[in-house]
Amino acid sequence: MLSRTAAQLYWMSRYVERAENLVRMLDVTHSLSLLPQSRGAMTELAAPLAVTGTLEAYNHSHQTLEANRLFNFMALDLNNPASVLSCLRHARENAHAVRGQITSEMWEAINATWLEGREMPKRGVADVSSFYDWVKERSHLIRGATQGTLQRNEAYYFIRLGTFIERGDNTARLLDVKSQLIEPAEANLAPVNVAVESAPDFYTWSALLRSLSAFEAYHAVYRDRLDARRVAELLILRPDVPRSLRACSDEIRDILPHIEARSGSLDAGRIVKQLAGRMALRLEHGTVDEVLELGVHHWLTTFLQKSAQLGDAVREAYFEAN
Amino acid sequence: MHALTLPAPGHYDEMLLDSGALRPHYQQFANWLHAQTPDALAKKRAEADLLFHKVGITFAVYGDEAGAERLIPFDTVPRIVPASEWQMLEAGLRQRVSALNKFLWDIYHEHEIVKAGLIPAEQVFANAQYQPAMQGLDLPHGIYTHITGVDLIRHSDGGYYVLEDNLRVPSGVSYMLENRKMMMRLFPELFARYPVAPVAHYPTLLLNTLRHASVAEQPTVVVLTPGPFNSAYFEHAFLAQQMGVELVEGQDLFVKDEYLYMRTTVGPQRVDVIYRRIDDAFLDPLAFRADSMLGVPGLLSVYKQGHVILANAIGTGVADDKSIYPYVPDMIRFYLGEEPILHNVPTWQCRKPADLDHVLVNMAELVVKEVHGAGGYGMLVGPASTQAEIADFRARVSANPSNYIAQPTLCLSSCPTFVESGIAPRHIDLRPFVLTGREVTMVAGGLTRVALKQGSLVVNSSQGGGTKDTWILEA
Repeated sequence: MLSRTAAQLYWMSRYVERAENLVRMLDVTHSLSLLPQSRGAMTELAAPLAVTGTLEAYNHSHQTLEANRLFNFMALDLNNPASVLSCLRHARENAHAVRGQITSEMWEAINATWLEGREMPKRGVADVSSFYDWVKERSHLIRGATQGTLQRNEAYYFIRLGTFIERGDNTARLLDVKSQLIEPAEANLAPVNVAVESAPDFYTWSALLRSLSAFEAYHAVYRDRLDARRVAELLILRPDVPRSLRACSDEIRDILPHIEARSGSLDAGRIVKQLAGRMALRLEHGTVDEVLELGVHHWLTTFLQKSAQLGDAVREAYFEAN
Repeated sequence: MHALTLPAPGHYDEMLLDSGALRPHYQQFANWLHAQTPDALAKKRAEADLLFHKVGITFAVYGDEAGAERLIPFDTVPRIVPASEWQMLEAGLRQRVSALNKFLWDIYHEHEIVKAGLIPAEQVFANAQYQPAMQGLDLPHGIYTHITGVDLIRHSDGGYYVLEDNLRVPSGVSYMLENRKMMMRLFPELFARYPVAPVAHYPTLLLNTLRHASVAEQPTVVVLTPGPFNSAYFEHAFLAQQMGVELVEGQDLFVKDEYLYMRTTVGPQRVDVIYRRIDDAFLDPLAFRADSMLGVPGLLSVYKQGHVILANAIGTGVADDKSIYPYVPDMIRFYLGEEPILHNVPTWQCRKPADLDHVLVNMAELVVKEVHGAGGYGMLVGPASTQAEIADFRARVSANPSNYIAQPTLCLSSCPTFVESGIAPRHIDLRPFVLTGREVTMVAGGLTRVALKQGSLVVNSSQGGGTKDTWILEA
């Protein structure tokens, strides 16, 4: 496969995944900011800006932090390269450049998403929740079309690789925003049943879990009330929760053997596979105690660094190999 | 039931006689049409638009500020061609393309036709499209014109005429294929009534043609595109996908040790045949335009060593140039010893003083074209122009006569077409796609373009033209 094509397939799926996760983050922000007990709705609102590194850009063009403006900036503003619609546009541009490599079902799903999305800034969005639902549905449709129609060839594996590298990164960032809420609790890592479940905590955790579609999984696994320790365990270490870091790194490790990379006689993909293997091992054998001991924020920061390293290695091995 | 506007008398209409009676091969269609409500048909047209948008069958318009991608309007009334007419057209196309190919071989080798005095030497060798680099170069099987698009029109006398030969990078074949797919989806019942020759195997024929162009045993074929911003990008991607070959841009290719490679995830891979959709001038910045970012440095040198095949060959433009066009019938006689089956449109060459006088005097009745123009740009349609426009063109022609040719304003045949007022005749042309490989082949079909503005004779999509499905009947 052409190196350029591989890169464009990979970025196409990263952008779709990013749009979906961004919406998940905006959704949790949105519901938390509505809580009367919310500890400073402002902090909540600013979270997506901090996570996407657009706080400065936002402040530059807006005087006040206000829910509606934030939504427009993060969801619909095509001048904001990190907005949901910008992601959908990038996804479509990449898909356009590789449309010979994807099925017509995939292309139509991605193209129709952009065609519909680009009208939204003009037309406005009736309510934010339906916008979030729409983005998630489109993302599910695109992924479903990929799963259901694309031959299991290199194109498929580059697409899947992009999905899980992006998802792992995004889940870690979302968790990190909330990690300061976990850190105080770690001071007394007393047995869970001693922890007092305060109402704000309950809503914080449930909103986080819902935004990652893991609320039901939490109850199925623990059959108990919500607490920080378990949330961390579920979203970082459980292999059976599809948006957890462990699940993402398992996927990445399993995808890589399907992708050949040679540069001359060297296996250029060796470094990628090593990095991915180490990441998967660390998650497989890690315990929540280790994570809490190190501090969730610290642990996640390291994870994000390693994830970025992996992304760089992918680029060097497959997209710039010759 | 349908507001049907009759063609103006004296025009040739594909469906209706002057009396308003139907031509026999449209009878079934008319019966069917009569049974449809305008609402149902309007719905089908809306559905077609939506589907084309979704599939992204769009083209970019040069000079359009918004840079927006537009749909080429698709008309749902098919252009139907009886089998007997197609047999004649097919034989004529085969003959014409064979002669053009022999002409290209000749002018890049022995120059027999020039020596025989049939074409003035300066018309060939001083032509900007003539590529000296091709002189003496032997291509496998002597093939230059792997893919040819021949523009045909039907005049009011009912006869077909060749308007121009497109031997560089003719486009539009994806519309031929997608229009058929659309018609079969919207109106399957019509295909039960008509024995329409299939066209869907075109990509297979094209791939065979491209493979045959190389002497390599298992040649690697690629499609070379200028990129997603090119107006025909959809077609490039479409053909690459249909043939199952890579769609590459110049940046994906490089020359090493006198061979051409593409950059892949598993390292460099040899490329044997390039179906190139970029013009000669942009192919190799070392040999042609140095500012080209679209091509591959060193490509010409690899080509000249025979290590890669370009389809079409470099330098084919000299044979479809409007100044060479008048000589094609002579080429057919000279190389094949046959009488031309397809006729040229009578053409005045302004470089000839007598012709120039005629053109300057009669410009209001003529179509005047730049010799190297394409896409409907740089031309004057006399009867449709204002006095000022004609005066302006007259000045331009006088200043540089050899840059222009003129032809009578042909009355392109019309075909009923959906317009705002209902169904009305609109002028059409026809571009079949001819492939030269082991033999000269084509699918029974082509792209029918339609000028959607009333009375307009310009069918180019960049000038507001649309397309129709073309049905060649098998019996």
